[in-house]
Amino acid sequence: MILSYFPGCTLKNKARDLDEYARKSAEALGVTLEEIENWQCCGGVFTTAKDEIATKLSSVRILKAAAEKSQALVTVCSACHNVVKQTNHAMQNDAEFAGKVNRYMAEEPYAGETSVYHYLEMLRDLVGFDKIREAVKNPLTGKKIAAYYGCLLLRPGKVMAMDDVENPRIMEDFIRAIGAEPVVYAMRNECCGGYVTMESPSLAKKKSTAVCENAVAGGAEMLVTACPLCRYNLEKNGATVPVVYFTELLAEALGVKEG
Amino acid sequence: MHNSNNMKEEIIRISGVNPTKCMRCGKCSATCPAYDEMEYHPHQFVYMVESGDIEPLLNSESLYRCLTCFACIERCPRSVEPAKLVEAVRLMAVRRQGANRMTANDVPAKLDDETPQQLLVSAFRKYTK
Repeated sequence: MILSYFPGCTLKNKARDLDEYARKSAEALGVTLEEIENWQCCGGVFTTAKDEIATKLSSVRILKAAAEKSQALVTVCSACHNVVKQTNHAMQNDAEFAGKVNRYMAEEPYAGETSVYHYLEMLRDLVGFDKIREAVKNPLTGKKIAAYYGCLLLRPGKVMAMDDVENPRIMEDFIRAIGAEPVVYAMRNECCGGYVTMESPSLAKKKSTAVCENAVAGGAEMLVTACPLCRYNLEKNGATVPVVYFTELLAEALGVKEG
Repeated sequence: MHNSNNMKEEIIRISGVNPTKCMRCGKCSATCPAYDEMEYHPHQFVYMVESGDIEPLLNSESLYRCLTCFACIERCPRSVEPAKLVEAVRLMAVRRQGANRMTANDVPAKLDDETPQQLLVSAFRKYTK
């Protein structure tokens, strides 16, 4: 199976582990991720304003590049996924917006043809958690892991259409598939403080600490995330347990993590 | 300069929100993770836009505290989606000439060794035009 892949800016820099282990694990599962050529940054946050056109063009070009190869598009970073999927939804459902965007597209117009998968959705829907369970060489038996969804992975639910937005299970099912034990806790889909940490580190501290304390109170020995900014906020604000990318755990379980 | 009716219409057009659908339940503010940091809370954005009381919002720090976490958008029982109004008012504010909230010169002082690129691009998208 060959899929188009958009890593995004952070995965080329501070979050190299998120990218590297995503690729290695995909290969081990029989999936080839073909990186989109000449991609540009998605911008990190989707603006809901209907008259914002230029800020969404990079996402449309990424989507269009996948459409030209007739491939589904996979993203790993929660923020990239949120921006690209919301942009795709707008291209499918807002004719005025799509019309304006297509004036910037040199050749064929784009109308939202590409299917966008978060890597976790790829694991669940295209590979299958059962197949992952069979492929696991080093199960993380007995490890209590808390899934941190944060805000961007699931919301807005009717656009992201990934899981039950208030009672998700995709990351818990992933944790089970690699042999570990998921810890379910109330704050798992609440915000870490996001980019407001730039202006108000105290807000990020309050929010991140509450998430971490809630997970640890539930018995978590580790927090797992798909978002570099969540990880940054949690670690910077004194997480008392390790915070890791889900792809690191997948690579470890599949036996493709070196060192 | 815009009058308040023009500004209200522009905000409604940009956001796609119909504030008259609001039933004043306050769930948006109850679920807002930035509530404590805001002078005007999500439910206040809705009725202040509805009544054309835009100027105080335009000048409020609350615009820069919204996390864009989509919690109020998700949990609004009437699908009013208050964060879309916050976003439209914020854009109206930062689109004014010289109103950028953050410049490239501000960045070095805010960096540490672990700052992810995602943080920088997101902050620029929210705080500048």
